[in-house]
Amino acid sequence: MSGASMLTDEEKREIDEELAKYRTKRAAGPEALKIVQKYRGWISDESLRDVARYLELSDEELDSVATCYNFIFRRPVGRHLILLCDSVTCWVVGYEDLRARIEQRLGIQMGQTTPDGRFTLLPAACLGACDRAPVMMIDEQLYVELSPAKVDEILDTYR
Amino acid sequence: MEKPLTQNIRPDREPLDIREYEQAGGYQALRQALQMSPLKIQEMVTDAYIRGRGGAGFPTGKKWSAVPMGDKARRPKFFAINADEMEPGTFKDRLLMEGDPNLVVESAIIASYAIEADVAYIFLRWAYKLAAQRLTKAIAQAYEKGYLGWNILGSSYSLEMYLHTSAGRYMCGEENGLLNAMEGKRPIPRTRPPHAVMVGIWGKPTAVNNVETIACVPYIVSHGSAAFKALSHTEEGGTKLYGVSGRVKRPGIWELPLGTTLGEIFHDYAGGMRDGYQFRGLLPGGASTSFLVEKHFDARMDFGSMDKTGSRLGTGTIIVLDDKTCPVGMVLNLEQFFARESCGWCTPCREGLPWLRDMLDAIERGAGILEDLEILQEHTWLLQLGHTFCALAPGAVMPLDGALKYFREDFENHIRQHRCPYRH
Ligand SMILES: Cc1cc2nc3c(=O)[nH]c(=O)nc-3n(C[C@H](O)[C@H](O)[C@H](O)COP(=O)(O)O)c2cc1C
Ligand code: SF4
Ligand code: FES
Repeated sequence: MSGASMLTDEEKREIDEELAKYRTKRAAGPEALKIVQKYRGWISDESLRDVARYLELSDEELDSVATCYNFIFRRPVGRHLILLCDSVTCWVVGYEDLRARIEQRLGIQMGQTTPDGRFTLLPAACLGACDRAPVMMIDEQLYVELSPAKVDEILDTYR
Repeated sequence: MEKPLTQNIRPDREPLDIREYEQAGGYQALRQALQMSPLKIQEMVTDAYIRGRGGAGFPTGKKWSAVPMGDKARRPKFFAINADEMEPGTFKDRLLMEGDPNLVVESAIIASYAIEADVAYIFLRWAYKLAAQRLTKAIAQAYEKGYLGWNILGSSYSLEMYLHTSAGRYMCGEENGLLNAMEGKRPIPRTRPPHAVMVGIWGKPTAVNNVETIACVPYIVSHGSAAFKALSHTEEGGTKLYGVSGRVKRPGIWELPLGTTLGEIFHDYAGGMRDGYQFRGLLPGGASTSFLVEKHFDARMDFGSMDKTGSRLGTGTIIVLDDKTCPVGMVLNLEQFFARESCGWCTPCREGLPWLRDMLDAIERGAGILEDLEILQEHTWLLQLGHTFCALAPGAVMPLDGALKYFREDFENHIRQHRCPYRH
């Protein structure tokens, strides 16, 4: 437990807004990690420590929370995150074809990042759009009723 | 037919903003509610016999009446609106939050008033970005209009409301996992009793209810319990959001009387199977329900009737299995999800689910043996309710149990032919 918190003013301001919602500092942990991740891309050990210091938690306490969430990244990810829904309805209506197309096109497997750091491909549990399956999210945007051809068009729009 | 949940929702249109919502009669129910005592609202909700729409079907009135009330209750009290919707195949709360965010906020205020909560949290799933934007706006506007904050509409009731967005973990939707997640801890369950209504977030009385459950409350307050009960076809009250996904002609979601038959939803609303596909079976209410087949089309989609089929109503969002999709592969996909999302707290689930997944994977690849089917069947008992710390694992073995019952020959064909007959 050493070293001061190295959060930026902006990060601190946003975390303070979250802290106002809760009765303990610890409760803001997930939101604080997401804020820092938004700016830094992922949660390195240093980032984890910065947040832990600020919330007066041990690194281990905060890491126990960080590691249980699917979308707190403790390893670097690419500029754009492709979250391909691999849950049941999407699986029934075409997940495997989409996955094959994306993997082939980007030359990576599920869970990997392209060498140029542009994309990381991850599976996501049901994105709650099963009536428009198969679906994926890229960053904050949901794409529905996908086909391999449509995926090609969409990926072309990301740099 | 009256549609209390979706009357304001128009597909492909922005939701009503707060002024339009008020013009459509919005926030009248809150005004009426504040004229009643909280206990009176609890009583109305009990009489309306609304069963929880999050999947377990617990009677809402019964839950609320267990919350300590009055001066002696420990404060602050909390209301947590469960909007973590992560059950595979489920897309109903998204519709409400994106389609009528003001209704969700008004409902949350009335529900909070009914248990005299001081703080309400909407616990929202990470992936629901649009819902997050729209709820944030609806909450802010409710504060501006005096529907939230100190002395709501001049009454003695005060309430703070916050949006909490999660970071993706199925167990955050489990009632006790949610309490821990709210406190910034891992979403593992808690030992019960005490129940959340007595000892919840930060040890204080907390009611946890699903979005669709609370969205029924304004109607109950404004129209009365009898009117709410009259909306349904069975003794359980209200309407229900029913969804259908898979290879049907018209995948979608509809608000219908609770207790509409499975066949009516499948044929009349979803339009039956897409051309070129035959119906094999379905999961009636998300991933943690058991398969039903054609002979069940006359069964009513309410909690009591579905229990009698050996399945469950669950979330009421139907997932259809067609004749060109491998049932073994489908169950493998489901168990993969559950194994991944197990919180690891108790042994049967932590060890059992990956084991089931691996065994199904072997069978699907053609490397299974007939004895595996006995082991799979044994696990549907080993992981059942009462043997594990929460309902995740018991839910996980439901579709497996159904598949072994109705699609056993598919499992056997994989084993005998040493391959998946559906892959060409
Ligand atoms: C693993 C698991 C996940 C759950 N996820 C949700 C969820 O996302 N939303 C929800 O409302 N209920 C969920 N539930 C059910 C809750 O535990 C709880 O029963 C419900 O929120 C109570 O509200 P209700 O009575 O209004 O349905 C889940 C249960 C389990 C076992
Ligand atoms: S049943 Fe599974 S998810 Fe539930 S407490 Fe046990 S290990 Fe955790
Ligand atoms: S299964 Fe993919 S969105 Fe629901």
